[in-house]
Amino acid sequence: MSKKAAVVRVKELETDIGVLRDLELSVGRIFEEAWAEPVGPTPYPSLTALREWDLRLLQRYQPFYMPFCDVCCLCTFGKCDLTGDRRGACGLNMAAQQSRIVLLACCIGAATHIGHARHLVEHLIERFGRACPIDVGGMNVEVEAPITRLVCGIRPKTLGDLEDVLDYLEGQVTHLLSATHTGQEGSNLDFESKVLHAGMVDHVGLEVADIAQVSAYGFPKADPEAPLTEIGFGVADISKPVILVIGHNVPSSVGIIDYLTDRGLYGDVEVVGICCTAHDMTRYSPRAKIVGPISWQLRFIRSGIPDLIVVDEQCIRADTLVEAQRVRAPVIASSEKNCLGLPNRTESSPDEAVADLVQGKVPGVLILDPERVGEVAVRTVLEVAPRREKFKVIPEVEEIVEAAKRCTVCRDCQRACPNSLPIPAAVKAAAGGDLRPLAGLLDGCVGCARCESACPNDLPLHSFMVKAAEESLKGERFKIRVGRGAIQDVEIRNVGGPIVLGEIPGVIALVGCANYPHGGGEVAEIAEEFARRRYIVTATGCAAMSMAMQKDEEGKTIYERHPGAFDAGGVINVGSCVANAHIAGAAIKIASIFARRSLRGNYEEIADYVLNRVGAVGVAWGAMSQKAAAIASGFWRLGVPVIVGPHGSKYRRLLLGRKDREEDWYVYDARTGGKVYAGPAPEHLFYAAETKEEAMVMIAKLCMRPNDTTRGRAVKLTHYIDLHRRLYGALPDDIPLYVRTAADIPLTMKDEILGILKERKWKEGRIPDPTLLPRLIRKRVE
Amino acid sequence: MAKAEPWQAAEIPGPAKALVITKPEVVVAMVRRARRPILIVGHEAAETDLGGERAVDHLIRVARAGKIPVVATAHILGEFLKRRFRPAASMSAVDIANRLRDPGWKGLDGKGPYDLALIAGVPYPMGWVILSGLKHFSGLRTVSMDPYYHPQASWSFPNLSREEWEKHLKAVGEKLGGK
Repeated sequence: MSKKAAVVRVKELETDIGVLRDLELSVGRIFEEAWAEPVGPTPYPSLTALREWDLRLLQRYQPFYMPFCDVCCLCTFGKCDLTGDRRGACGLNMAAQQSRIVLLACCIGAATHIGHARHLVEHLIERFGRACPIDVGGMNVEVEAPITRLVCGIRPKTLGDLEDVLDYLEGQVTHLLSATHTGQEGSNLDFESKVLHAGMVDHVGLEVADIAQVSAYGFPKADPEAPLTEIGFGVADISKPVILVIGHNVPSSVGIIDYLTDRGLYGDVEVVGICCTAHDMTRYSPRAKIVGPISWQLRFIRSGIPDLIVVDEQCIRADTLVEAQRVRAPVIASSEKNCLGLPNRTESSPDEAVADLVQGKVPGVLILDPERVGEVAVRTVLEVAPRREKFKVIPEVEEIVEAAKRCTVCRDCQRACPNSLPIPAAVKAAAGGDLRPLAGLLDGCVGCARCESACPNDLPLHSFMVKAAEESLKGERFKIRVGRGAIQDVEIRNVGGPIVLGEIPGVIALVGCANYPHGGGEVAEIAEEFARRRYIVTATGCAAMSMAMQKDEEGKTIYERHPGAFDAGGVINVGSCVANAHIAGAAIKIASIFARRSLRGNYEEIADYVLNRVGAVGVAWGAMSQKAAAIASGFWRLGVPVIVGPHGSKYRRLLLGRKDREEDWYVYDARTGGKVYAGPAPEHLFYAAETKEEAMVMIAKLCMRPNDTTRGRAVKLTHYIDLHRRLYGALPDDIPLYVRTAADIPLTMKDEILGILKERKWKEGRIPDPTLLPRLIRKRVE
Repeated sequence: MAKAEPWQAAEIPGPAKALVITKPEVVVAMVRRARRPILIVGHEAAETDLGGERAVDHLIRVARAGKIPVVATAHILGEFLKRRFRPAASMSAVDIANRLRDPGWKGLDGKGPYDLALIAGVPYPMGWVILSGLKHFSGLRTVSMDPYYHPQASWSFPNLSREEWEKHLKAVGEKLGGK
């Protein structure tokens, strides 16, 4: 562990050579002596410390900007029209403005995770003490915090050590955000470098948050056999009072579970959750249940099932209080970041808060003490539930049929729907008594209710869909494996070789939100396809939930069909959004544990290793939030490409390679210093796919790396070509770019591919020991 | 010029908005005037019923009549091949857009840059940002052939019913073919 800002002051010092007065020595950081690993070149990197690495990436993967609109409206110079080559009053052009917006998004995301981590660490220190040890996997995990080691150059041993890391992260986010002020950064590429920096510090923030909660709360510690729990709209026993928690920051949910457990009441109350708090709740207590991803909020609240709603922070609908009032369910807000305009009852007696909520004097309260939230929530729900009698605002069928007759088919609902769902046609059918088309819409619905806001006749269209699909919703019960946390060192030892050599064809990370173009079933399909092909499939957040919400003919979900080990064919729910750190951490640990590269403050070398050798791909099929943008940018800097769904194109900037430009794909051969054409691998760093089929083919392609052995490349090519042939109906046209030597050709396709290679005048190349960093060349070309 | 509203009501682009195509002859004239046109067809064209066929069938007729090279985006290459039509390329929507904005790109055939891109069948929000990228970062003229007003294009149909859209596409194909 490092100590920061050591200062030595000497008023007067007499020495042989003279007298020194008012001597002051200040040392920025002192690094732990006991750790034998040498400190690398960039511990606690500043905004520009890794700029050269960023520019290397950005030269190959150039930004393609896709602005939402033509103007900038961030200061009172504006609005400024930046169309084409125009510049704004401040001098900024469109490219710089777009990268500035991306940086703003990533700063918001990083600040959110780091703020989350800060809250967690402070709360856990208050409860468990600063000396509470970091333990994410006992003897199975020696590299407890790979990202923190890599970025900061320290080994955190206790919760207290994490405060130092957070100080650094908060400083970086402040500097990054300041760069977006008018009259600061002017270059789009420097904005982009800062985007990558924001992503990197975001990843450290994720890691701090998750290792703190895993250590202190006793979540599963790198456990491949973490228990199965329930997920789905129908999981709650509605004969009991139901507490619904929504958000990402788990202490208030822990407060509820502890209160119930301590008083022997857990059998009397259901605790269910939506979004990442639900993941973390089930990591704390497998008796807790998950309702579903972020898009399940409105449907579940309106159903009247929750008798009390507790919100913490992030991804919570801003109208939760309004919706809760409609179903007469009180709300407890529990985060400083999301107070909902409610009176602060943190210091009042719980009796008063409970009485006010039960009597309906206030629609909700703000309580900023997780233990007190637990008490007030449980006592309130026990009294409120019998009075509410599951009051709901979902209309009856007859009401829907009558209301639907008022529809004028103006199509405003469809024009407001992110997925342009054919709502008018479904409402028309409902007016005739057929609710099946309405029911069919719910699968593709992201739960935003923009259709309702747009309807000139105020038809509650989302509620119509929920009612129409009521029977299937009630039967929604699936099994999901509880988030396991980190990947064990021994797992990395076992699979590091096969991954780096290409024999395990890749590691797929299905992450992010539920802004899907056609529902979560597509994520489940992608996961199943790659697990079946013996890739390692990891998942977090809403994507991990959506994957669980499909059953096979035997009634089993993907988590019941596949093992939870980090191994070929494994399907691994790592945990909530902050647990994404363990996926990045696994890539880093491959470099450290398998390849024995030094991690400590050695970011550039490890990212170079990952980019050239670790066939990992992130997929955020329903990415929606600024947090998802920050998480993605952390993966880019680390050399892991990310694919988003069509809605992800609205992040306004992609990082695309050009396989047609041969000059972009040369690497150094670290053995000789010569430059070698390595092919477009990976072809892109940030890519938006139009369809799941396109995404699947691109996933397989982006797993290829310059370092693949011939056997590994043949395996990867087999999957790429097979998927392309099946989903596109033809062979891909870029096979020659990925065949370096004849030994790369999959045996089963040899004749066919040799024919293609001959036709394209393919020439055999060689396989380098690839790096983009001249300093890693061991022997220079004479 | 005729006024039109974006299909997704909140998608307001700013000062530069697409001119509205009021009749199919406008598209025909633009294709005829273009030195090097290209047609980009997204997956929705293969999923959308149009007069007993799919939209992609109409677009193939347009491409044939106008001798316009086609880029099949997403995974719909096979849909073209089934119809005995070989697109000039199978390439993702973002890849073709990224090449089109590069003034140094020599095109799919190596004969030089394109000067007109017709686009249809890419999901509306994705088409929106792609057209915006081309508007701001290329000198290319773009035409949305979808039945939705796409203000980020240079030219776009207004929001159309399926019947109107079918009529327009049919007319473009016929007039380009000299009928």
